[in-house]
Order: sequence, then C-alpha cells, then structure tokens
Amino acid sequence: MSTALQTLEEFVNTEYKYGFVSDIETEALPPGLNEDTIRAISARKREPAFLLEWRLKAYRHWQQMTEPRWQKAVYPPINYQDIIYFAAPKTRKPLGSLDEVDPELRRTFEKLGISLDEQKRLAGVAVDAVMDSVSVATTFQKDLEKLGIIFCSFSEAAQKHPDLVQKYLGTVVPPNDNFFAALNSAVFSDGSFCYVPRGVRCPMELSTYFRINASKTGQFERTLIIAEEGAYVSYLEGCTAPMRDENQLHAAVVELIALEGAEIKYSTVQNWYPGDKEGRGGIYNFVTKRGLCKGRRSKISWTQVETGSAITWKYPSCILLGDESVGEFYSVALTNHRQQADTGTKMVHVGRNTRSTIVSKGIAAGHGQNTYRGLVKIQKSATGARNFSQCDSLLIGDRCGAHTFPYLEVRNATAQVEHEATTSKIGEDQIFYCNQRGLSKQDAVNLIVNGFCKEVFRELPMEFAVEAQKLLGVSLEGSVG
Amino acid sequence: MEPILEIQDLHAGVDGREILKGISLTIRPGEVHAIMGPNGSGKSTLAAVLAGREGYTVSAGTVRYLGQDLLEMAPEDRARAGLFLAFQYPVEIPGVNSTYFLKAALNEVRKARGLPELDAVEFLQFVRERIKLLELNEDLLKRPVNVGFSGGEKKRNEIFQMAVLEPKLAVLDETDSGLDIDALRVVAGGVNKLRRPDNAQLVITHYQRLLNYIVPDYVHVLCDGRIVKSGDKRLALELEEKGYDWIQGCTLCEPCTLTPA
Repeated sequence: MSTALQTLEEFVNTEYKYGFVSDIETEALPPGLNEDTIRAISARKREPAFLLEWRLKAYRHWQQMTEPRWQKAVYPPINYQDIIYFAAPKTRKPLGSLDEVDPELRRTFEKLGISLDEQKRLAGVAVDAVMDSVSVATTFQKDLEKLGIIFCSFSEAAQKHPDLVQKYLGTVVPPNDNFFAALNSAVFSDGSFCYVPRGVRCPMELSTYFRINASKTGQFERTLIIAEEGAYVSYLEGCTAPMRDENQLHAAVVELIALEGAEIKYSTVQNWYPGDKEGRGGIYNFVTKRGLCKGRRSKISWTQVETGSAITWKYPSCILLGDESVGEFYSVALTNHRQQADTGTKMVHVGRNTRSTIVSKGIAAGHGQNTYRGLVKIQKSATGARNFSQCDSLLIGDRCGAHTFPYLEVRNATAQVEHEATTSKIGEDQIFYCNQRGLSKQDAVNLIVNGFCKEVFRELPMEFAVEAQKLLGVSLEGSVG
Repeated sequence: MEPILEIQDLHAGVDGREILKGISLTIRPGEVHAIMGPNGSGKSTLAAVLAGREGYTVSAGTVRYLGQDLLEMAPEDRARAGLFLAFQYPVEIPGVNSTYFLKAALNEVRKARGLPELDAVEFLQFVRERIKLLELNEDLLKRPVNVGFSGGEKKRNEIFQMAVLEPKLAVLDETDSGLDIDALRVVAGGVNKLRRPDNAQLVITHYQRLLNYIVPDYVHVLCDGRIVKSGDKRLALELEEKGYDWIQGCTLCEPCTLTPA
C-alpha cells in the first residue's frame, strides 16, 4: 500500500464525536415483545382506542412476516425479545414549557449543538426533540398555531387530533407493508406530527432531532406530515446516538402526504453511531420513508445525508399519483470502517406527466460497503412520465466497495427514463495535484468529497448544508502531518 | 547571487529502478533553463521529484531550494514556498469550482508569505486581470477544475494558475505537448510575461519548437538520467540544425535515441 493510500486511511479513522451517554433517569418497560407490551405502550401514552387496535393488528401481521434478507448487508440475527420497546426520560410532571425540561437533557441537546434556546432565538427553527421514545419539547408551537399549522409529538397528535391521525396514519405505509414497518406500527413510541392547512406556507424550517440514549432500546419513531392543497413545508431531521457495544435497532416510519399543489421538502442528516473500527456496536437503521403525491402538481423532495449507523436500510420513496406531480431524491451516503449502507429510492409513476429526479452520491471508505438500490416504476397510466437518475460512487482507499442496483419497470411507451452512473476513486493524482497547489492532504480530500456531493448539498437548507459539509469533514478527518 | 535551486548529484527512481543517475543543476534568479531529451530520459521524473510526488525514491544527492532542503519538505510546503509544477497531464477534480480551488490555493501561498488572505471581491479582480494573459474565457472560472476542458485549455489553465500563484520557481513539464501552434504561442507569451528578475523557470520539453517562443538562458540535454550536454540557447538551435549526432562525448546510446524535432 502506498503512503498516499495510508494517508487516506488515516482520514477515515476518526472517533465518533457524539458518543456520550447522558445520565438521565429513564423509565422503561422490560425487554420483550408481546401484546401486553403494546397495550402498555398505548396505555402510557393514553392513546385513543382505535390506535391500540391498529397497533395490535400490525403486531399480528408482523408475527406472520419474516425478516427480509435481500439487502446487501451482513449482520447477526436480531433477537426481538431482547429489545426494550419503550424508554422515557423520567420527569416529575408533564412538560409544559421548555424551561421545565430536565437540565441534563438540555445539556445533551447542547452537546449535540442544538441548544433548544439557541435554536429558538437564532435560527427560527421549530424543534421537536425526541429522546429515546418520547418527544421532549416542541418549540415554536404557539407561533405555528396562529397559522393553523400543527407541529407536535405524535403522542400529542394522537390525543388532540385523533381524527387527522386516524384519517392519514398508514395510508402511505400500510402496517403490513414490510417487516420493519409492521414492527414500527405495533410498537412505535413517539415521533413527530405535522399538519399544514390549505394554502399555508410554513414560514420556518421544522426540525426534529432524534437521539437514542438508553441502553438496549430500540427507537421506533413515527412521523406523519400532511400538506393540504397549496401548502408548503420544509422539514429537517437530525439523528445521533451514544456509543454502545451492542447494536441498537432503529426502525422508523415516515409518511408524507401532499395534496393538490402542495410541496413537502424533507431533509435528513443522519449521524447515528456507526460502531467502532472493528464494527462493534452501532445502530441498525431500518427505516421506511414514503411520500404520497396525492394531488395534481404536488411535489415531494427527499434530501438525505447519511453518515452514521452500522447498517442503513432505507429507501425514501415517492408515489406520484397526482397528474404532473414531482418526486425528487437527493442522497449522500458515506460508509466508513465496517459500515454498510443499502439505500436508494423508489419512484412510482401513476399519474400523467409525472416527473422524478434521483441524484445519489455514495462514498465508501475504510471497509465500508455502499449500495445504491433504486426502483423507477412507470405504470401503464403514467403517460408522459419522465425520470432522470444519476448514481455516482466515490471510493476512498482500496478495501471498500460500491454497488449499484437500479431497477427500471416501464409499462408506458411514452415514458422517458434516463439513468447515468459513475464510479470514481479519489486518486492519488488528484491529491497530489491539490498538494502541488498548496493544499494539505486533508483539505484536498474534503475539497474533493464536497465537490462530489455538491449537487445534493445544494438541495439542503443553508444551515443544514453547512452542517452536512462539516459532518463529512469530521467523518473523514484524520491526523495528517 | 543566491541560487533558487541547487541540485547536486541527484539519483532517484521508482520501484528500485534508478532513473536519474546523477543530476547537477543550479538555477539562479532571472534565469530560464530548458531540459531537453527523449522519452524515458528522466525529464518527468526530475519534475516529479522536485514537486515531491509520492512513489519516487531519492537514493543519493541533495536538492536545495531557497536555502532549504527541498527533499525534506512536504509537497504542499514546497508549493507554498513558491515551487510550481505545470502538469504534463493536468488532473480533473469534478464538482470543485475552479475559482474556489484557485482561491484556496492562492490563500495558502499568501499565508505562507505572511500576506493577508484575499476576500472574494479582491480575488476576482486579480484573477480577471490574470486570465487575460492566457486569452482564456472567464467562463472557465465557473467550471469544475479541468473538467470538460480541451487538451489546450488544460495546458493554458496550468499557466493561468501559475500567473495567479506567482511562483519563485516554475517547472513546466512538457507544457507544449498537445498544443497547436497558436495555443503554443499564447502559452509561451503568458510564460514570458511572468518572467521576472527574482523568479526562474525550468522548461522541460521533448521538442525544440517551444524554445522558439520561450527563449532559455541555458539548455541541458538529458539522456538516460544524466545531463550529457549543457549550453546556452544556441545549443538548442544547433541541435535543430545539426541533429543530435553532433553532441560529442556521449556514447550512452548506440545508436543515439535523441530525436531531432
């Protein structure tokens, strides 16, 4: 191995920055899953009866299902009876305002760089923070209420807006959709809910930070976003987790519904603990995210920057039902050390003149394995549908892998489908070229990686784009003389 | 005057194979040196060793640059100290905007010289003035580094970068290869305008024709890793006129592998 390659190796050997554990008392159910667990979760959350029934139905489906193994990832079997399905930070009384939040919890968020106060004051970002399984504080709720926007924890929505929840829950990702979605539907503990009424443009970025703190807990959050006719909302999701030796399961479900002329922009920066260099620990991130462009000219745009998790299994998708609706997917996935990512999207064209764009950037370093898996499906009804897909892979070092599985199903002859793919390696010649112009090796790698991801970063809200760039920098940082 | 570059008995190679077999060369401020020689004579190896490219091993000899031990310096430190290599094959960096790249490079060099960094406005003004030297389109600044450039544009872009970075010592590695005569004239014109009493240029070329435009003070003929003949600019002209057989005292290759332009 040449020394340039060794230098590249050094870059990718940086420790996880968010690996602290908060010393917060948690209340948890014992490990294990059965109907009683589900009843206990539902009771604790004082849920309406329909929701408990819905959960139990999902659980019965789940029992009939088998864990999928088609993804390109290797991991030992998961013991579902060994997982704690509900853990909540202990609090004395229900949280009324931000000031009542446990100071230790507040410090945790500050360490994550998302001080709720700061967020509130400076950024104008409304934050719904989910720690383990419970939504801790939702800022800016009042300001949003004036516009008729509902932004709250899922539990709160289930209590206060049961009609909306009942109307839309499971309409995009049915409880029996897949193994992990069924599991989530049975045991989901909290998440975010957002409803933007007709013609309202949400004036601020809505944001949720998830963090898994308690040991051996799974985090099963459920997010539901509804944009009525002509509404617009941009939603940001950030995730971190402390370092633990054992793997933790994260099986979330996100459902988006855009009615006529509505637009939902959903951005994720996912930085779950990826495990150590030998691949011990880390989060299994098995997530179902799907958006339904239900009305004419509706638009759903997914942007994701995935740098964490031991295993990522995630395909944010769009069902383009409404005529002239638009689906977009922009993704940067970075795998380092022993991380495995199998991620991509599904664009299902049903309506006429529907359009979709897929831009996927995979970066593999160390022993990382990075897979793009995507489906573009043009149904018979989708006259004039168009798709453009671009899948680029960047390899750093010579022990990682990049894989691309594009599936195209076209059942309408008027459709136009384009697919482009490239694989490149950060070349020693590129690094040397930068060095010869006075840039250090680390600056050179950051420059090249950021250049590679540019088309995706451009889609992120400004402050998130900066964070994402830094995150990539940190993930690839090393000691360079 | 204190030399800019002083190479003494330099032996270097790749994978245990010796390519440079004892090179000595001194370059003083204000001088232009040309190194000529056939393929495989070691021209590009010399450029690579001077710039600090990985994979080359120096087995003997010394190289002093502005009084420092050049071989001890990291490649980026050499660049920051004003050693510039115009690449024979400029490298593409997709997604990285040329302006951004060049600004980062210039500010590294300026930092090393104790100068304040330029802000975006100052930088653009400076760069717009410099880009005219090479008769390049300003659009190039908006494109990713070398991506989609024609061969000629890439070479001109190298000299444009040199014009921006204002090196003490510029090593031009076969900058003429792949250029038609008009482009050659533009590139050479740019290089000549950058010539100053306090800097120096080392022009490496396979062909004599470049030296019609960049007139060297000294010409060295490199053959099999050694300088077999040195002279002033007349040497290049004489070479052209009389052919390489005329070089006396060199019996390294039989028959001689030097090819006249």
